[in-house]
Order: sequence, then C-alpha cells, then structure tokens
Amino acid sequence: MNAPVKDLVSPTWTDVGAVSDIPVRGARRAPTARGAIAIFRTGDGRLFALKDACPHKGGPLSQGIVHGHAVACPLHNWSIDLATGEPLGADRGKGCAAVVPLQVREGRILVGIG
Amino acid sequence: MPKERLVVVGNGMAGCRAVEEIIKRDPDRYAVTIFGAEPRVNYDRIMLSPVLAGEKTFEQIVINDAAWYDRNVAALHTGRKVARIDLAAKRVEAEGGLKVPYDKLILATGSDPIRLPLPGADLEGVVTFRDLDDVGAMVAAAEKGGRAVVIGGGLLGLEAAYGLVRRGMDATVVHLMDILMERQLDESASYLLRGALAERGVETVMGAQSEAILGEDGSVAGLKLKDGRVLPCAILVMAVGIKPAVEVAKASGLACQRGVVVDDQMRTSDPSVFAIGECAEHRGIAYGLVAPIWEMCRTLAEVLTGDPEAAYEGSTLQTRLKVSGVDVFSAGKFAGGPGCEDLVFRDAGRGVYKRVVIEAGKVAGAVLFGDIVDGGWYYDLMRRGEDIAELRDTLVFGQQITEALRGADPRSAVAAMPDQQEVCGCNGVCKGEITAAIAGQGLATLEAVRAVTKASASCGSCTPLVEQLLQLTLGDGFQVQTGPKPVCACTGKGHDEVRRRILAEGLKSIPAVMQALEWATPDGCSACRPALNYYLLCAWPGDYRDDKQSRFINERAHANIQKDGTFSVVPRMWGGVTSAAELRAIADIVDKFAVPTVKVTGGQRIDLLGVRKEDLPAVWSDLNAAGMVSGHAYAKGLRTVKTCVGSDWCRFGTQDSTGLGVRLEKFMWGSWTPAKVKLGVSGCPRNCAEATCKDIGVVCVESGYEIGIGGAAGLNVRATELLTKVATEQEAIWTICAVTQLYRETGWYLERIHKWLGRVGIETVRARVEDPEDRRALYDRFAYSQRFAQIDPWAERVAGRHAEEFTPLTRRLEKAPA
Repeated sequence: MNAPVKDLVSPTWTDVGAVSDIPVRGARRAPTARGAIAIFRTGDGRLFALKDACPHKGGPLSQGIVHGHAVACPLHNWSIDLATGEPLGADRGKGCAAVVPLQVREGRILVGIG
Repeated sequence: MPKERLVVVGNGMAGCRAVEEIIKRDPDRYAVTIFGAEPRVNYDRIMLSPVLAGEKTFEQIVINDAAWYDRNVAALHTGRKVARIDLAAKRVEAEGGLKVPYDKLILATGSDPIRLPLPGADLEGVVTFRDLDDVGAMVAAAEKGGRAVVIGGGLLGLEAAYGLVRRGMDATVVHLMDILMERQLDESASYLLRGALAERGVETVMGAQSEAILGEDGSVAGLKLKDGRVLPCAILVMAVGIKPAVEVAKASGLACQRGVVVDDQMRTSDPSVFAIGECAEHRGIAYGLVAPIWEMCRTLAEVLTGDPEAAYEGSTLQTRLKVSGVDVFSAGKFAGGPGCEDLVFRDAGRGVYKRVVIEAGKVAGAVLFGDIVDGGWYYDLMRRGEDIAELRDTLVFGQQITEALRGADPRSAVAAMPDQQEVCGCNGVCKGEITAAIAGQGLATLEAVRAVTKASASCGSCTPLVEQLLQLTLGDGFQVQTGPKPVCACTGKGHDEVRRRILAEGLKSIPAVMQALEWATPDGCSACRPALNYYLLCAWPGDYRDDKQSRFINERAHANIQKDGTFSVVPRMWGGVTSAAELRAIADIVDKFAVPTVKVTGGQRIDLLGVRKEDLPAVWSDLNAAGMVSGHAYAKGLRTVKTCVGSDWCRFGTQDSTGLGVRLEKFMWGSWTPAKVKLGVSGCPRNCAEATCKDIGVVCVESGYEIGIGGAAGLNVRATELLTKVATEQEAIWTICAVTQLYRETGWYLERIHKWLGRVGIETVRARVEDPEDRRALYDRFAYSQRFAQIDPWAERVAGRHAEEFTPLTRRLEKAPA
C-alpha cells in the first residue's frame, strides 16, 4: 500500500491491528484520543481509513456496508468515497469525512494520527 | 382501377410509418415500393442505445419484420441507394440502372451524423452513433476493453458512453459546453446528471474543445484537447449532432435549406413529392426526435388518402434519456426566460430535481431529474395550454397529489383525454387506438397491448398511462403488472428474473449471482447485496452461508442502530406476554448497564435504548440467563405478534387470541422475509390488537378465524384484505405460515406485504392457500426453512460468534517505528 508522500513525511504512525482483523467488504472501528477512526477493507483487498463520522449527521461509517471503494452510511445510506471521504452521487459536494493516512507494514495497519 | 404508384425513398422509421398510416386509411389505393440504404428491415432507431448497452437485442427492436413487407409492400430494394429523381419524368433512378416510375413520391432519407473535420478523423476506430453498423463497431471495440472517448454530451453521446461502460469499457464524454444536454437540461439537472453518470462509470469533461485525434498504426489512440490534455482511448465516438440527408433532393432540383423544405401538407417544391422525418424542414425547423415524425406521418397519410386540408403545424418537444436508472425528462421552455416563472422542487436525499416553467399562467416547459413520473402530465398541460392557476400550489408535487387534493380521481383525467391524444411518444400511438384495440380484440394485459399497438413497447415511460387505459376499459378485469424494475443500478435485471435464475441455475453465492447475471459493479452496492443475500437464504435453506457483510448493520449486530451510534435491544415477549421474572431481569440489566431509556413499543415489547455496541453481548447474556431471546426488532423478518387477552379474560373474547399469538410467534420467529412482518391476533371484532392494520392479522369470531393480509400503518395506512376464513386454530396456523412462505418466495426485497399483494393480487394468493395441497407444500417449505432459522442469534454471539463485530480495534500503546 503506497501512502502519498506528504503523509509519510509528517504523521506519527500508530499500529491499530493486523490486516486480517478487518473483514473483507467490512470495517472496524478504532477509538483514539482524537475520536474514532474507521478502517475499511474492500473486496479487492485495499485498506482505507476515515474519521468515523459521516459528513451528513455524524453516523458511524464503520457500521456501513462496504461496496466497491465506497461505504453506505448506516444512518441515511449516504454513499461515501473511501479514498476521498466525499459523498458520492446526489450528495456530492456536501462536506467530507476526514481521510486518515494509512499504511501497511508486515501485515500490520499503521494509521497517521500523531 | 389500377393502383397508384407510391415510391418511398428511405426504409427507416419515418418511411415505414408513413406507409403504415396510409395503408391503415386506404389499404388498396397504392402499390408501394420502398428503397432503403441499410441492408435490413426497419427497426426502432431510438432503441439502439439499449442494444449497445446489451439491454435489448436487435430482434427486439425490429418494428416491421419480413412478413410485414410481404403483406404491404410491392417491392423492397434494400442496400440500394437512390442516385437521382427525375421530377419531370416522375421517375426514381437508383444505383445499378434501376428506374422506378411514381405517381407520388415520399422522401424519408433521414439524416447523417456530423463528423467533425478533425485531423485524424479517418483513423480506424473513429465511429459515429447512428445505425446498427455503428453499434456493431462499438460492440466489437468494447470486447477489447480499454477507454472510450465520446465527443458530444448530448442525448446520443451520453447514451453511447453509458452503453460502452455496460460493455465493459471506461468512458469519457468530452463536451464543448458547460452543461450536458444543454438543449434539454438546465444547470442543476446537468449537475445531477453528471453525478449519476459518474456513479455509472461515465466521466464527463466539460468546456472541452477537441483539437486532433491521435493515432497509432492507423488506429485511434487518443483525443487531444485544445488545452493540451490528451485523453487516451481505444475507440472514439463522434456524437455531435445530425444533419438532414438532402443530397438526392438537392441534386434533383427540390428546394432545400437545411432540410428539404416542406409546407404544412409535407409537400416539397414539387407537388408530387413529399418529405417527412429528419430530412424535412418545416417552418424553418428540422426535427431530430421521433414524436414530430409520427405527427408528420399522420398528416401526410391524411393528405395522400383524400384530405388535402390536413395540416401539420409543428411540434412541441419532450425528451427522455435512455440510461438505466437515470431518469431525465425535458420539455418545452425548460430553461425559462423573460416573463417566465419557475416552480422548483428539490430533494437532495433522493437526488430529485423538478422545475416547472410557467408563462402567462400556463405550463411552458419542464425539466425533471430523478423522478419523472409526472413528465407526461406536464407535457400534456403544456400542449393543451391549460390554465394552471388553480393547480399552481401543488403543481410541482405532481398529478397524483394535485388531483387528490382537488378531490379528483386521477383516472378521470385519463378518461377525459381525447381519443386522438398521443399516449406513446416513442411509437406515436394515440389513446383511441389503444382503447379500440383493448375493446375490439379483447386485450387484457400490458404485453398484449404492446404486441398489438406497440404502445409502451419501446422506452416504457408511458406504461402507467397504458395500464390506466386497460383499467378504464376493462374495469376490475385488469390486474396491473409491474414492469421489470431493475434491482438497483448495478444491474438491468428485475427482482423476479434474479430470483428465478438463482433457482434455475443453482446459484448459491452472491459472487455466483453477480457473475451469472452480469452485474456491472465488482461487488454490488448497499441495495443489491442485502437483496441477493436474502434471495439466496430463501432459495437454499440450510445450504447457503449467510454473508454478514451484505447485511445492514441492524441485522449484522442483531440490534437497532440509533442516531448517536448506540443500539437498542428488544427481547422477545411471546405474544406480548411477560412475567415478573422477566421484568425483574430487565430492570436489573437497565441498572447494570445504565441504559438511558426504557420504552414500550407499538408491538407490545420493551425497548432498551442507548446500549453501547461493546455491551451488547453482555446485555444479551443477562437476558438469555433470564430465558429471553432475540426479539428480532431489527430484522427483515418476523417481528412481533401483537395480541389481546381473548377468551382467557375478556368478556367479549371469542377465541384464545393470546394463545394463538404465542403459538404463531413460537413457530415463526427467526424467519427472514423480504421486509419486516408484523402480526396481530384479536379475540373479537372489537379488534383491540389492531390486527387489521398488520401485515397479517387474525380476527377471531365465534365460528372461527378471519385471516386478513396486507394491512399497514406506516408510510401507508391501509386495512387488511380478507384472505380467507378458517374454522380451527391449526388451520389458521397452516394458512398463515403458507402465505408467509409464498411472500418469502415471491416478494421483492424490501417490498412489504401490502405492496406485494398489490402486485400479485389477492386472488392469486387466495387460490394458492385455499388449495389444500398447495397450502401444505408451502407450509412444509416454511417449516423446513425454520429448522435452520430458529437459532437465537444473541446466544450464538454470547458464545463468541463474530466477536470482532462487537470489539473495537485497540491501539497499541507504543508508537510504531516511523
């Protein structure tokens, strides 16, 4: 998994678990001091991390259905792009769930929350 | 009397329709000869987009088959171009020396796609989108995959791009303007459309000017834009417009501007020669849509069969986009203008946008996105020039609401439509033709009307209107059939087809279904995955492995998510009966876990609200210990059986309603259904358990049990319809389980019983459950499926199943090396 260079420069990386802890087409929630993070694993094996709050009403995205590279918020079914945190479709342009830098090293998931 | 010789140049939709209209009026007057440039019979050109998208086959869009030509046409010359018309000699001269004399000549040569004179326009792989050969070229290119670039963000360009995506390519539409379909849409609708297209894999580049087409070894390799960007592609489609095909007319000396100039009788500058369709120019306009063509054909047929006064006076236009799941409608002055007012409705959540333009107290135009049911109504108000002062308050909410508020039966509007009013714009079919066919030929179904009149046979947007006409003409003899609505945007297949093929092809996993039914997305979406999971579970009890990741959170966590991310817990209380021990245990749990709210539900249960997800297994453990199991308040499945106290206590009770409710619930709990199922059992017709607004409700009477289905008291409020009456409690249980199984097997996912009932009809359901063998078979299948369903999901999770679902990831305290 290649994180963008800018993300590799600054953050402190924190280990939140193994890749195999995240169900395929699913997500887990990782509470942190700065609020909960949702870690997603898509059908094609990619991992994404977003702040665990939908830009709409703050719904926990980690509880949604993961499809393609998107997650459907469990509260009102907004579809959120996992790569950008932005709502897709008709809700495009209405806010954004913060993207959390993520990298995988030796099967462990590291998130940049420093 | 010998027949007059009628020659038609053009074997397309206009030419053939003109012949049909003429024959309909006077079958023996003319001997017809048709020339066609394409080497095939006449087909529905506007349905080429669905053919490209793989949603229809060529056979399905043929309008006139070989038999039609045999019956109606004396000579057909396909694949042969007409070179010249000798107006003086009244003779058509075709390639290869063929000369055919005429008394009357119709030009229906249509139009040619515009090819931009860009460098590289002659490269292999640069195509237009006009006829079946173009579709063939695009399908062939799509088999190799890669990216397609479409120049032109109009109707055709977007449909071409979508079709190529459905064929497995990536597609980019390059549009010169800043608004897609700017001749039909305003900025808001265009914005929504761009989003909807992006979801379907069609990328749009706006304000982009093409500079050159780049090639490699003689084949197209990319498109270069004026701003320097290069878009690589394996195929390039030019969809920038059409121009009337007038070469032959011009060469023969007929007056031409942009098209062949015609008067209101469709007559050209030569009195024996007529022109219709896209090649004709009437009052300065050359039309490129189908509806005006049908109007021209009717006028021409009148003129040629004895009414020289018939006149075509131009058309108001309406447009719909044929991209599955993207509903766009536009008509008239959709963008407003000086002196116009706008009525606008937006629903961001559903992606709906409606704009109705009013001018001088009348509808002057409309643009609709996302919900276009009322397009026809607005179009109609516009064409009739109706004064809408009284409708104005509710106009934008559509016909149903407007007429309901005015106390009018929506059907009265259909009844009041004049016979000559057009119902099907695609095929130009009027109300009168449809009602005459229904009455005269005894048609009883939508399919039959389609087959006989072609109404609703193309894009299908007039289907509700045709169904209303069937209903009006036949009365109660007509059952509405719902067309195959796609399950979601990932597929063009409807629910019934999906369910049928799961069984027929032995498909036993979600990926297997998606593969076999050619899903357009890699792993579906939040609409289709839960649906498929249910269909598989219902089709293969005991065999299919439930896919937890295709369940909504409530069914995955076996509790109901609340707005703050906590959950609510509802333990089962059989028939709404509880005890001191259960209540005491619940009270202890509330204290132990500091549950903030305890609430009694409408289904006679106790709801513990505000439980943290991590605490769920512990709460369930305590509930289990007190003998309580999951109440499935979160399930698309059997929820509750609400009862009254019945003959045990009540002085009016006729039967043991509580006991029946408990027995039903004990037998039916745990079953998954297309949508939630709530039952009620009332001990007498005073109906204290409110059984007549439940999905299935029993009202006990002295002589037995009245079973009603299809009640609702949610978004819709309606009473149950009486299904049947049985004498014994055992029969009541058999019947209720049988009807539930029938619903499980034929309901669409998320379709409540009352909706299902509206679709399949109570007669069908009644016939199934009143037939003893059928009832028995349904009951047996339900009972078999229950063998695998009645495992308390709470106890399983207390024992450790899916523990990760309820445990947050824990951060390691030490920081990882950077």
